Amino acid sequence: MAAKVNYDDVEVGTELPAASFQVTRAKLVMYAGASGDFNIIHWNERTAKAVGLPDVIAHGMFTMAEAGRVVTDWVGDPGAVVEYGVRFSSPVPVPDDDTGTTLEVAGRVEEKLDDRRVTVALEARALDSTVLSKARAVVQLA
Amino acid sequence: MPLNRDYIGRRYDAEGTFEVGREHIRQFADAIGDPNPIYRDKAAAQAAGHPDVVAPPTFLTTIGMALRGGGPIGDEGLGLNYALVVHGEQHFTHHRPARPGDVLTASTVIEEIRDAGANELMKLRQEIRTTDGEPICDAINVVVSRGTAAGAS
Repeated sequence: MAAKVNYDDVEVGTELPAASFQVTRAKLVMYAGASGDFNIIHWNERTAKAVGLPDVIAHGMFTMAEAGRVVTDWVGDPGAVVEYGVRFSSPVPVPDDDTGTTLEVAGRVEEKLDDRRVTVALEARALDSTVLSKARAVVQLA
Repeated sequence: MPLNRDYIGRRYDAEGTFEVGREHIRQFADAIGDPNPIYRDKAAAQAAGHPDVVAPPTFLTTIGMALRGGGPIGDEGLGLNYALVVHGEQHFTHHRPARPGDVLTASTVIEEIRDAGANELMKLRQEIRTTDGEPICDAINVVVSRGTAAGAS
């Protein structure tokens, strides 16, 4: 694996380039098709509201995938992601409009591990809520 | 209706197999809007030290969907109403990235079912490996069943 980030060049606290992602209904449809997750709450507003949700909500796995891009864009090689885990702390409601909901993701190196690996802590927010908590990736650096 | 606690500890061996597809990887990368060439271009992947393109770090969520027939989500006796399900936690530990042509199978254990307020949390532990037995990924998936705890109205 060929990470483009060298272990010797990062410190605890090194910030990864932050990114924002627009989550739209169209993207949820694409994600449903690609992932095979056709849960109706991710595309049908009537059903989502009937079961007590504020609106159609994004697939948690879509949010996790987008947040993970802050790590893979930084390291270059997605195969360098050894572990990746999140807790879904709030749903991401996605309105029926063209702009959707903005997901803001930031990351920083939390710990330097053995074998030239680091733990990255991610923060993901949408609509003033933290949508992922305990979001951590272990990354194999060069 | 609460989940059937008799199912704690139950193990499901997937029926059938899941073959990782080159086009599926590309489609998944498109869906998450990620232009990384290592998902699409074999030469770029090889330049990064891989034998072929690799799947994104969360791609293997798709195996759970594809093999659901042999897993807890589709097991009627468990009593899970999928419209009430939201995802609580997800964790992947990759032994190596999945690649096109990998023929995978999975086994899933219901490790825990417990109340969390009005909701129930079900923790699933999944081992994904090739049909030759090479470990690929260990996944933990916590499913939230909203409002189904005993006594919740």
